[in-house]
Amino acid sequence: MAPDKPYSDIPGTTIFDAQQARLGYHLNQFCMSLMNAADRARFAADERAYLDEWPMTEEQKQAVLDRDYNRMISHGGNIYFLAKIFLSDGQTFEQAAASMTGLKREEYRQMMLSGGRSPEGNLHKGES
Amino acid sequence: MARITAGVATSHVPAIGAAIDQGMTGTDYWAPLFRGYEFSKQWIAKSKPDVVFLVYNDHATAFGLDLFPTFALGCGEEFKPADEGWGPRPVPIVKGHPDLAWHITQSVIQDDFDLTVINEMDVDHGLTVPLSLMFGQPEAWPCRIIPFAVNVVVYPPPSGQRCYNLGKAIRRAIESFDEDLNVHIWGTGGMSHQLQGPRAGLINKEWDNAFLDQIVANPRGLAAKPHLEYVREAGSEGIELVMWLIMRGALDDEVVQRHRFYHVPASNTAVGHLILENSSQVEEI
Repeated sequence: MAPDKPYSDIPGTTIFDAQQARLGYHLNQFCMSLMNAADRARFAADERAYLDEWPMTEEQKQAVLDRDYNRMISHGGNIYFLAKIFLSDGQTFEQAAASMTGLKREEYRQMMLSGGRSPEGNLHKGES
Repeated sequence: MARITAGVATSHVPAIGAAIDQGMTGTDYWAPLFRGYEFSKQWIAKSKPDVVFLVYNDHATAFGLDLFPTFALGCGEEFKPADEGWGPRPVPIVKGHPDLAWHITQSVIQDDFDLTVINEMDVDHGLTVPLSLMFGQPEAWPCRIIPFAVNVVVYPPPSGQRCYNLGKAIRRAIESFDEDLNVHIWGTGGMSHQLQGPRAGLINKEWDNAFLDQIVANPRGLAAKPHLEYVREAGSEGIELVMWLIMRGALDDEVVQRHRFYHVPASNTAVGHLILENSSQVEEI
């Protein structure tokens, strides 16, 4: 029996459940390796070669090379693992989050300073 | 005997740590947040805990997908600040309290909560940012700290009810430790935030403030709140708030609220902060 996913009607959100954790296992473990300065340097020197050391899918590797965080998440990435990529790039959580919303960095920052994204219309799919 | 005198709840946003480390606490963006912790620093200087039992979550730092415990207690002598991708934070090494930690492990497991014991791990912003907020930038942390890590990264995390009941078991454990210690229990993480996907940036002030009301006045009712409500209303990463229920479960049913603070934003996140004292430990109310 497939597990119940009562969270599947939350808009714009991927819950990191068993299915995602299995799909993204090697992508996320690759991210963990970037907590080591020597490995960060090797990754920076030749990203493609470094990624090829990991049994990741081509789609996962390309999403990393493109720094497309929504695509990484759809292929099983989790934000706390993926953080190792953008932190190594010298980016912040704010910049990475902004990149996933389609807003420019300044627009996103302004939205947060104005109180953040409103829950109104954002709690159930199809209500906005 | 050891006694729990107080609970502290606070968010643990990494950007707060970066602002402290880079000397930016006085900027227009950050000053309003740090003003909310001025009372707290004075309060803790007077309260002088011997030990902080610090409930937090590891953010894919010590635990990857190869192994991640639901509840893990740090029994080691010390824990170093982790390199999360840009080098370790310049903060002191965390000194544990192995005698008390092992005592709690033994007591809580015999009380039917199966914990994982950790003797060696590095601690990430989830643990070090609350210490910086409460203690500032000392040469060494002024007390022993027992790290208690909860999985809230991979679904499902433990339920609010499980966390609340575990808090009660932790209290029984601490209060049966045969040494005169002033112990604080801290619950960290939250409040509303979502760091991923097109809904990133969600903030739900009304929900957060109701949570702050309820965790003080009606924690039993709050413990029954299902996961789905946290992730829907407070964002996918807002689920961290279940950890506050471990702190609350370890306190008296009746507490004295010394401080409450709420601020938006810190980076992507709503910051919430409470200081609660156990009614049974308060001499003058």
